[in-house]
Amino acid sequence: MSKTTAQAPTPQARDSDPPAGRDNSARGRQDRRTGYLLISPTFLIVAVMVVLPILWTFSLAFQQVRLLNLRQTGILGSYSFDNFVAVLTSSGFVDALVTTLIYSVAGTTCAIGLGLVAALALRRSFRGRGLVRAAMLIPYVAPVVAATFVWSTMLNPQFGLVNHYGASLLGWNEPIAFLSSSDPPSFFGLDLHVSTALVTVVLFEGWRSFPFAFLFLTARMQAIPETLEEAALVDGATPTQRFRHIILPQLLPTIAVLTVLRFIWTFNNFDDIFLLTGGGAGTKVVTVRVYDYLINQGDIGAAAAQALVLAAILAVLVGIYLKFFGRSEEVA
Amino acid sequence: MNRDLIERRVLGVLRPVLIVSLLIVTIFPFYYMVMLSFRPLDSVLQEPGALWPSWGEIDFNTYREVLKPTGDGGQGFLTFIKNSLLVAVGTVVLTLIVSIPGAYAVSRLEFFGRRQIGALFLGVYFFPAILLAIPLFVFFTRIGQRGTLTGLLVVYVAQVAAVSIYMLRNYFDTIPASLEEAAAIDGCTRLRAMWHVSLPLAMPAIASNALFVFMIAWNEFLFALLFLVERRDNWTVSLGLSQLAGSIEVPTTVLMAGSVILTLPIILMFFLSERWLAGGLTAGAEKG
Repeated sequence: MSKTTAQAPTPQARDSDPPAGRDNSARGRQDRRTGYLLISPTFLIVAVMVVLPILWTFSLAFQQVRLLNLRQTGILGSYSFDNFVAVLTSSGFVDALVTTLIYSVAGTTCAIGLGLVAALALRRSFRGRGLVRAAMLIPYVAPVVAATFVWSTMLNPQFGLVNHYGASLLGWNEPIAFLSSSDPPSFFGLDLHVSTALVTVVLFEGWRSFPFAFLFLTARMQAIPETLEEAALVDGATPTQRFRHIILPQLLPTIAVLTVLRFIWTFNNFDDIFLLTGGGAGTKVVTVRVYDYLINQGDIGAAAAQALVLAAILAVLVGIYLKFFGRSEEVA
Repeated sequence: MNRDLIERRVLGVLRPVLIVSLLIVTIFPFYYMVMLSFRPLDSVLQEPGALWPSWGEIDFNTYREVLKPTGDGGQGFLTFIKNSLLVAVGTVVLTLIVSIPGAYAVSRLEFFGRRQIGALFLGVYFFPAILLAIPLFVFFTRIGQRGTLTGLLVVYVAQVAAVSIYMLRNYFDTIPASLEEAAAIDGCTRLRAMWHVSLPLAMPAIASNALFVFMIAWNEFLFALLFLVERRDNWTVSLGLSQLAGSIEVPTTVLMAGSVILTLPIILMFFLSERWLAGGLTAGAEKG
């Protein structure tokens, strides 16, 4: 596996590692002590600010905690499954889950597809390619608030640029409310059963995350030995054949890793949808629902239960994926 | 004509077309942002399709208005910039203070649980941020620190410390241990060898890591929203822009000026350090 592609999540043994077994020399003992000393600040802050809070979420999810009675609740409260029952049986839950799945799968596909196209298009060297490559990364590094704001302005039905040119160049009869319309979009009579707003946020996700896939795929392509393609060229393979039989198989392990990473992050994404639509018009994903429970309803217990359900579903989905595709990644 | 020739011709045309469209798609929104920030609002409403400002209408007042304090009828972005800078720089400094020794230990020293620590830290990254947000929201509300920049800063450090350690560890791994062994033979202790030998060598990685952490803290939205929303004087630029974007009173062009102020430092930093950072993004992304 090349240095630039993703690796298995556990740190691997390296050549510089000392041999296994305890080194009981004075320096070995001292190293251990120094090691604990040096790692302890990080350990402390991660334990207090990340690990403990995660454990506490479990406690909160089983109690009736609201913002209003927050001061009275402690670790020793009355525990029950009420929050989970309420969250799982509430009307919007299944819809939110389906929306989240559509958003994650479609968003991941868009991002990786666009990233692959970009990586292929910029594969051969030309003047200014470095600059073009850097430009491709801008959507990924730009602040999400600024990116969503400029897109919602461009897509605005009253004075947005997109609707203006849609009307004048493409002959749209009336402006499209890209971010607030619950109607399914009409693509040449194709019925998608999802709202226009959901399609828009998926495309936005593709736009914002493709640089990430582009970066990984470009790095992987640079590691493909040229002799492979030269040999195919000598055998008379056409460009698409070379892509299909030489390049794509080399990229598949990277694509598999990208799929997992992007899927997880899109599934957990809150900012983009919250900022673009606020969760309206058929775009209410589970994370936005958690926020709703927490802030708008002040129901901390329900929010915690909903967040745990989200994490559990994600864990199951990733688990299934790794079970089926895990082997191909090991080959990489 | 054979298939090979046809494909070559088609791809030969398709490739430049694709590159240009990709460039437009990635850059145009940011160009539009800058352009709108210089145009007066009524001209935008009258001519929404204009792709460049007409002569004489270029107007810097949007910037003045967005930066002015609310007392003078502005939007107070100067305060937001100060808050964002405080949080971002504070996060960078604190993160480096904890993660440089941590990364060094994970890379160089054999101690119990060293491998597991890396896995534990990184497992955290696949947790939904919103899940973590709930207990932290409750905790900081209860100790009365929600709404303070310090609370936000501590949360940010905890969030980025693991990725920072991971990136730095990879770099420490590339520095030959023999350099430090030489120093040890000369009588250096571990810590002195780290300070005088490995740390100076790791400076490029530390610098790029600092930029990476700065960008994360500067761009962050969710925790800023949950922690600071009720305290306008403590808003960061991201939060300020998102809160004002919903109101009708503030003209879009003024907020575009705010967007430029939010985006520009990040884009500048990115281009200044592109060479470092492109590697940094993948490195952080591998486990982040």
